[in-house]
Amino acid sequence: MTQTKPTADTESQEPVTPSVPFVRALLRNPTMVTFAVLLAIIAAFSILAPDTFTQRSNFTQLAQNVAILTVVSVGTTFVIITAGVDLSIPSGIVLGEVFAVHALKLIGTGGDTTAADVTADQTKAWYILVALAGALLAGLIIGTINGLVVAYLKVPPLLATLGTLGAGLGAALILQNGVNTATYALDPLGHGSWIAAVPNLIPIALVVVVAGFILLHMAVFGRHTFAIGSNPEAARRAGINVERHLLKVYIIGGVSAGFAGFLSVAYFSTTSIGGHSTDNLQAITAVALGGTSLFGGVGSIIGTLIGVWIPAVLKNGFVITGVQPYWQDVAVGLVLIVAVWFDQLRRRTRNRG
Amino acid sequence: MSKPVLGAYRVVKTFGHVRALRHASFEAFPGEVTALVGDNGAGKSTLTKVLSGVYSPDEGEVRIDGNPVRLSDPHDAKARGIETVYQDLALAPDLDAAGNVFLGRELRRFGILHNHPEMRRRTATAFRDLGVGLVQDMRAPVAEFSGGQKQSVAIARAAMWATKVIVMDEPTAALGVIQTANVLELVERIRDKGIAVVFISHNLPQVLQVADRIEVLRLGARVARFRRGEADVDRLIAAISGAYANEANEESS
Repeated sequence: MTQTKPTADTESQEPVTPSVPFVRALLRNPTMVTFAVLLAIIAAFSILAPDTFTQRSNFTQLAQNVAILTVVSVGTTFVIITAGVDLSIPSGIVLGEVFAVHALKLIGTGGDTTAADVTADQTKAWYILVALAGALLAGLIIGTINGLVVAYLKVPPLLATLGTLGAGLGAALILQNGVNTATYALDPLGHGSWIAAVPNLIPIALVVVVAGFILLHMAVFGRHTFAIGSNPEAARRAGINVERHLLKVYIIGGVSAGFAGFLSVAYFSTTSIGGHSTDNLQAITAVALGGTSLFGGVGSIIGTLIGVWIPAVLKNGFVITGVQPYWQDVAVGLVLIVAVWFDQLRRRTRNRG
Repeated sequence: MSKPVLGAYRVVKTFGHVRALRHASFEAFPGEVTALVGDNGAGKSTLTKVLSGVYSPDEGEVRIDGNPVRLSDPHDAKARGIETVYQDLALAPDLDAAGNVFLGRELRRFGILHNHPEMRRRTATAFRDLGVGLVQDMRAPVAEFSGGQKQSVAIARAAMWATKVIVMDEPTAALGVIQTANVLELVERIRDKGIAVVFISHNLPQVLQVADRIEVLRLGARVARFRRGEADVDRLIAAISGAYANEANEESS
């Protein structure tokens, strides 16, 4: 095609991204980098420990281990795409656990340190639903507070959610008098497998991932989330109610944490008021590894899924190959820095226009 | 002669002690580019914001097709067919062209999903009609576009939605020579579709080139109006600086 007339076409032929197609593609899509890293890690361990690492049971175990983190990371992806951050995830999870057992206590089915608990075969489906409602309510409360404070009071998300992190964990300790509560009422969910010997947590996490994918990438809601993270003023002028949308996004973050708390209490059969303290950082790591930009406007659920798996596979592989598993932390830290560096490069390159 | 599609009549707008507009009037006609010129502080911005619904006037009125209206906010103005292209463009750099064009007005499927292929198709068609050539594929985020291309996307977006008027605030201020020429061509094509274009610029040769009418604002009031060919740069400067007026000063201040 020849251009003779100086139209807008000609100016666009200036290369605005590096001309090497490979580099260009990488910079365009950081998710591909992390996906390649994940495949490389899996390939390496498959060679190093072909008998143990590649077993189906090992991958099932891995998937089950990451299920809870996957759920909160999906919620965190939305928050980070708005150029926000949610540090309050641990309080959402722990309060979710606590509200779940308190909900069980309310209907008189165990969930109390002194009362007799139901056993796994005594429990009923509606007990599980009651616990779920309790956990989701906890997440809703934390998320709503986060959203109101960030969107309407304009408190920077880092500090707003740091506040609800401390406050939520404190509230959980108060409600529990500082001790954990065991319950077996949720065992059929946490330890059962409804589908072909696959532990329940895996299909549940998968449903959350699919729902998150549809909401973020296919729904108008997700489109607006990207727009707000990209340029809130543009979103506002386009008629989007930015504050209300941010509130909804933080509610998604809170509710996903509450739901993770529900899964946690179902899986571990107890609350863990002292646990989950680094789940927020793990989720942020996963999201950032997956190519979601901490500056907002860019990100994907698939990337987050990959980002959740990289640390898990590393740890698992190190254990199997007899390397000290602490190397996982070192490796993940380095990969994280490289991933964020790529994000920076990509922004710098494209913002020249 | 056609009637003004958008007009402001004897509009007063005061901010504290500052009277930004003192009985300012303005008219824009369908199928014509009306330039609004004036020195810094003459009230161009304020008048623009009154026309696009950001401010409501303290006195005077805005009329659309001759009917007095009260624009409550920019969305109200948009709903009545008046689009504004802001100087900062208000694009979301991480979204592609179609994402920006349809931002806040997405085509939907099943109520909540967006219909991106259709939005992309309609954007491509509209860009083709307007002669906005974008070689880069329609999937690229607009952050990768050059300044002129971004400006074209912002203007084309306004052109797709405006049924009556597009207000452009300094659309060529940040552009190079060729990009400016492209944008001016685009302005003319939009005008030829029968839309009234309100063109705010400091660049007087450019104004003389593109405008069918020129209205000069000074100290918050209109002091001169010209048709195409009636003015030259010297006369415009005289009007802007107060040495020339062809309209009675409606208020002695």
